[in-house]
Amino acid sequence: MKRIVNLLIFSVLLVGVFISCQSNAEKKKVEAVNPQLLTKEVSNNLPTQAAEKVHPGKVVFDEYCLTCHQADGSGVPGMHPPLSPGSWVGKDPKELVAVLMKGLNGKVEVNGEIYNSSMPSQAELTDQEMADVLSYVRSSFGNNFDPVTAELVKKVRSGK
Amino acid sequence: MSRLALLTFAMALLSACNLNAGKNLKNIESDKDNAGLKLPAGFSALVFADNIGNARHLDVNTNGDVYVSLSRVKNGGGIVCLRDEDKNGKADIIKYYGKFEGTGIKIHNGYLYFGADTVVVRYKLKEGELVPNESPEIIATGFGAQNEHATKPFTFDMAGNIYVTVGAPSNACQLQDRTKGSPGMDPCPLLKLHAGIWRFKADVLNQDQAKDGYRYATGIRNAVALTWNNVEDKLYAVQHGRDQLSQLFPKLYTDEQNAQLPAEEFLKVGDGSNFGWPYCYYDGAQRKKVLAPEYGGDGLKVGRCSANADPIMAFPGHLAPNDILFYTGKMFPEKYKNGAFIAFHGSWNRAPLPQEGYYVVFVPFKGSVPSGEWEVFASGFAGVDVVKSPNDAKHRPCGLAQGPDGSLYISDDSKGRIYRILYQSK
Repeated sequence: MKRIVNLLIFSVLLVGVFISCQSNAEKKKVEAVNPQLLTKEVSNNLPTQAAEKVHPGKVVFDEYCLTCHQADGSGVPGMHPPLSPGSWVGKDPKELVAVLMKGLNGKVEVNGEIYNSSMPSQAELTDQEMADVLSYVRSSFGNNFDPVTAELVKKVRSGK
Repeated sequence: MSRLALLTFAMALLSACNLNAGKNLKNIESDKDNAGLKLPAGFSALVFADNIGNARHLDVNTNGDVYVSLSRVKNGGGIVCLRDEDKNGKADIIKYYGKFEGTGIKIHNGYLYFGADTVVVRYKLKEGELVPNESPEIIATGFGAQNEHATKPFTFDMAGNIYVTVGAPSNACQLQDRTKGSPGMDPCPLLKLHAGIWRFKADVLNQDQAKDGYRYATGIRNAVALTWNNVEDKLYAVQHGRDQLSQLFPKLYTDEQNAQLPAEEFLKVGDGSNFGWPYCYYDGAQRKKVLAPEYGGDGLKVGRCSANADPIMAFPGHLAPNDILFYTGKMFPEKYKNGAFIAFHGSWNRAPLPQEGYYVVFVPFKGSVPSGEWEVFASGFAGVDVVKSPNDAKHRPCGLAQGPDGSLYISDDSKGRIYRILYQSK
């Protein structure tokens, strides 16, 4: 008899604790989420800018090429050719490496227009920098050409 | 009775003359949108001709015929001959002629002179005929082919001479052009046959630059804009200053400084003038000629540059002055008399900062020097508020000419529009 009573009291206690826990849970209402804080919280915890990473070739382009070919790759009429679809950018990468190595002087025709100027040699760029900037240009300004590898640049430079 | 008749007749004649003078301008209607241009009050504009090719410089004959040079042959010709036959202000006869392409073009003593990149020729103009039909004669030759600054614009003095710009085939006379780390050549060998203005006889055929040409002025990188001021009897030129200070010397110049420096120099040119290129450039903020970094400069050092003449006016960097005209017409208000219009083609070297220029300015003059600040006279050529790359600009002003009625003609070498600016007092 005593045991049953103890069991009953224990059960009631258990249920009571359970119920109070529930009400505590209800009382402890979760605050409405601030959407701005949530966004910041989420983005801070994302793997760092994997999708928005700046193309390494853009860094090279901005330093060595932008002045003449312009930020949008449209060039300068009569002087510096554009780097847009229809230009030389889609050519065989070996030819493009050659241009970077030797520079380009004199009249050229690109997309039906004549350009005449002196492009200095960019031979001081590393194999990787050359590959990067060519890949960047070939995938920018409306272009959609295959990237260029450092291996290919190295091959062309060594005369193979 | 007869005296009265005579008087009446005389008055009728007088009023008839006045009627005709008014009729010329009254027949001409400006375009409602002023050809897309923004102009000072009282001025209006119309499109004289459109899409004629890469129109560089131009000149207007005493009969109103217009001749335009093309930097690229189109429709079989490098010269566009335009006539407004029905006198409505716009060209209705447009003919192409001449195998040469280039920039320099001017009518002188019954001939149409033309400056191709390696030769200056002339075509005989027949009275009343729009298009020349005889073979050209060679006036000046022996100019080497160049990859940059190759154009040969020119002007005539009043003593039978022609002055031809021979631009430097170089940015700053580096051993390797525009290459970081390449030293400046000292002395610069290019000054011998380039980077100056050469004088030839206007009527002697087959003059060779080296043998017969006279180096009138030196140390001028590239003066696409040059003209003889007939009132002052002096030569004036506006220079394209060097490029790429921050790209070649990033430790000395920021991109912001590069956008402003060097100033485009407005030069009063005398026999023997030396304006200092490549050793020096003009800093408009410091108001002095300083040593170029290729020659030991650091942006502040003056050194040998103290010997060079300053410009009579300095414009912001890289605006690209492509023509200059001293106004002598009767159409525009008094303020414009004997002042200078300058066409700024527009920059490319200000990137990554926004480009500047793409307008025509006016500089008031008193005697042989400016009498006040320069002001933008005609703008809106670019068609956009901010030009980030030159390709954004729809039109780029390149050449200037004055019509016999005093209207101002402006050529655009991007799409080939010829603008005509008129003035009418209210």
